Amino acid sequence: MKDAVLPRPSRRRVEADHPPYDVTAVAAVLERWAGTPGNLLPVLHDVQAALGHVPPGCVAQIARALNRSRAEVHGVISFYHDFRRQPAGRHVLKVCQAESCQATGGRALTARLEQLLGCGLGETSADGAVTLEAVYCLGNCACSPAMMLDGRLFGRVTEAAAERLLAEARQDA
Amino acid sequence: MVCVPRDSTALSVGADAVAAAIAAEAVRRGLPVEIKRTSSRGLFWLEPLVEVPTAAGAVGYGPVEPEEVPGLFEAGFLQGGRHSRSLGPVAQIPFLARQERLIFGRAGVTDPQSLAEYQAHGGLAGLRRALSMAPAAVVDEVHASGLRGRGGAAFPTGIKWRTVAGAQAPCKYVAVNADEGDSGTYSDRMVMEGDPFLLLEGMAIAAYATGASHGYIYVRSEYPHAVAALEAALATLRAAGWYGARVQGSDFSFDAEVRVGAGAYICGEETAMIESIEGKRGMIRYKPPLPALKGLFGMPTVVNNVVSLASVPAILDRGAQFYADYGMGRSRGTLPIQLAGNVKRAGLVEKAFGVTLRELIEDFGGGTRSGRPVRAVQVGGPLGAYFDASLLDLPLDYEALAQHKGMAGHGGIVVFDDTVDMAEQARYAMAFCAIESCGKCTPCRVGSTRGRELIERIVRGERPRENHAQLLKLCDVMENASLCALGGMAPWPVLSALKYFPEDFGLPSERQPAHVV
Ligand SMILES: Cc1cc2nc3c(=O)[nH]c(=O)nc-3n(C[C@H](O)[C@H](O)[C@H](O)COP(=O)(O)O)c2cc1C
Ligand code: SF4
Ligand code: FES
Repeated sequence: MKDAVLPRPSRRRVEADHPPYDVTAVAAVLERWAGTPGNLLPVLHDVQAALGHVPPGCVAQIARALNRSRAEVHGVISFYHDFRRQPAGRHVLKVCQAESCQATGGRALTARLEQLLGCGLGETSADGAVTLEAVYCLGNCACSPAMMLDGRLFGRVTEAAAERLLAEARQDA
Repeated sequence: MVCVPRDSTALSVGADAVAAAIAAEAVRRGLPVEIKRTSSRGLFWLEPLVEVPTAAGAVGYGPVEPEEVPGLFEAGFLQGGRHSRSLGPVAQIPFLARQERLIFGRAGVTDPQSLAEYQAHGGLAGLRRALSMAPAAVVDEVHASGLRGRGGAAFPTGIKWRTVAGAQAPCKYVAVNADEGDSGTYSDRMVMEGDPFLLLEGMAIAAYATGASHGYIYVRSEYPHAVAALEAALATLRAAGWYGARVQGSDFSFDAEVRVGAGAYICGEETAMIESIEGKRGMIRYKPPLPALKGLFGMPTVVNNVVSLASVPAILDRGAQFYADYGMGRSRGTLPIQLAGNVKRAGLVEKAFGVTLRELIEDFGGGTRSGRPVRAVQVGGPLGAYFDASLLDLPLDYEALAQHKGMAGHGGIVVFDDTVDMAEQARYAMAFCAIESCGKCTPCRVGSTRGRELIERIVRGERPRENHAQLLKLCDVMENASLCALGGMAPWPVLSALKYFPEDFGLPSERQPAHVV
């Protein structure tokens, strides 16, 4: 009896709630990794590389293809810091929060970046140019403080150097 | 010829721009200059470090700015001429001359992707010798060397291999732990980028010794250059018949693939890494069963750190005794120590166990980069204890550090000067544990957040005595009731900060000032 009063979203409704995404691109990724044992992480990395994030709508498609439950796929996406469920800004700036960088002015650097971008860690600047993210060690501890802009590593980063890089990044659309 | 490193730390401070400036200036002057891109020596405070081979050995210039390149040509650096950036013969720089490099001998010398150079500098001799021996004899050799895992837990590698070798299964794996999550460490990265064949050689030896047929290298996503270097090196070794079916015409077949992590510190723990390779959340597994018996896809699996495996070729090539002659007590061989944080000469120091923290920080490191006094040193990554200046004479040795509730871990040393706020460092340790906790057990999942809150309260002066007592109790629970070392050791930096630096928490000092002890 009780079950009857609980709203039960149909499978179709859940999928329709999500914004549309490039189904063909995800299919191509799934095709590439088909048959490889333990392929969920490589699939998610490639989906994010192709689409800039892992759109919530593709969870069902991936789950179907890999014969896993949607809950499982969703659980994996949410477990790992790398996977992004919303699109990022045009650039992604990861700034190291770990000890070696703390010892060399990393906290002040982070504060300065937040001020310049007008957003905190895990957020995107209002102009949509830069997403600022925390990272815990980039293996660049001999030249701390360190940060990574769109996959490019920078060391011995001064506040002035960071300011210059950000200005460049925000110019090109 | 001019050598410019392409290690990612060197790139992060402008090595590509320096190489480009050298090429451009050579063209402008109509000089034929060959630029070789090498790995890094690990003398990172000198990067970008440009080297010119001369009859008397390589001479160095660094750190070089692109704008200084015309001046270098002016000074005749192509013939080793003097310049304000001259460092003289690189091999005689004391930081390097005083090291014992068994693993990093090729660092800064060879082109990481040249198999010919690798072999010309002793590469593949270990694997060649291994393949001429019975697998069990290879295990014995590694066991006799005294090698212990360099990933943190310091478990004897020979015993692990023997367990896997003895297991009966349709299929066995080697899984290389290249997650290198510890802050202040970069030796795995240097091996993978700077000498990828070395890791792959060690991995193949492990596979041969244990009967594994397939390998995975789990590399953290923060290391894109390492991923690319390993994939290229794997392709080269396959083409040369050192990986793949019937290695060098023998009955031994082995291949490997690179897997990229996704930003989770806990996936450096071996069972979480296995889960992650299987495509799951990086949750810790209960042990037993040991991964050596029931690991990846339920099969016996050798899990070893990058540096552990990179130590193996020398052991096979030069013999267990040669290796065991380095070190002290039960810590045999060499450890690549990574100097980081606020230190003047930051870089890689490969030394036999037994070197003291003081020698490392003062003699090698030259003290702090800021010129201020050293106040605290964290050894062994984010779960390692903080030591104060009174403990700098401790030798780097697994057992000696354990006596002081410390650990060598993966060999990272992070130096802090006297501007550090140790209460904030302790708060961070708990916050980091909360961010990275896999969530499987309560002491870690909940305790880390509670710990952070308690520290914040103590610092704000809210009932400091009671909250301090509560924090100690919480740390005790975390240490003793956590399933893995993330929750189990996160209290170490906290308790050591409380012990040595109570004044930073606004707590009364428990003991005499450091220099009196
Ligand atoms: C929280 C946590 C993080 C770890 N991170 C790493 C790591 O990044 N790299 C590593 O090699 N070992 C790491 N370990 C240790 C591994 O669990 C395991 O002991 C090691 O990979 C075994 O290889 P070894 O015997 O060659 O050291 C970690 C352990 C824990 C508890
Ligand atoms: S201690 Fe933390 S990381 Fe380890 S199993 Fe428990 S919850 Fe997971
Ligand atoms: S701690 Fe920041 S790069 Fe390692």
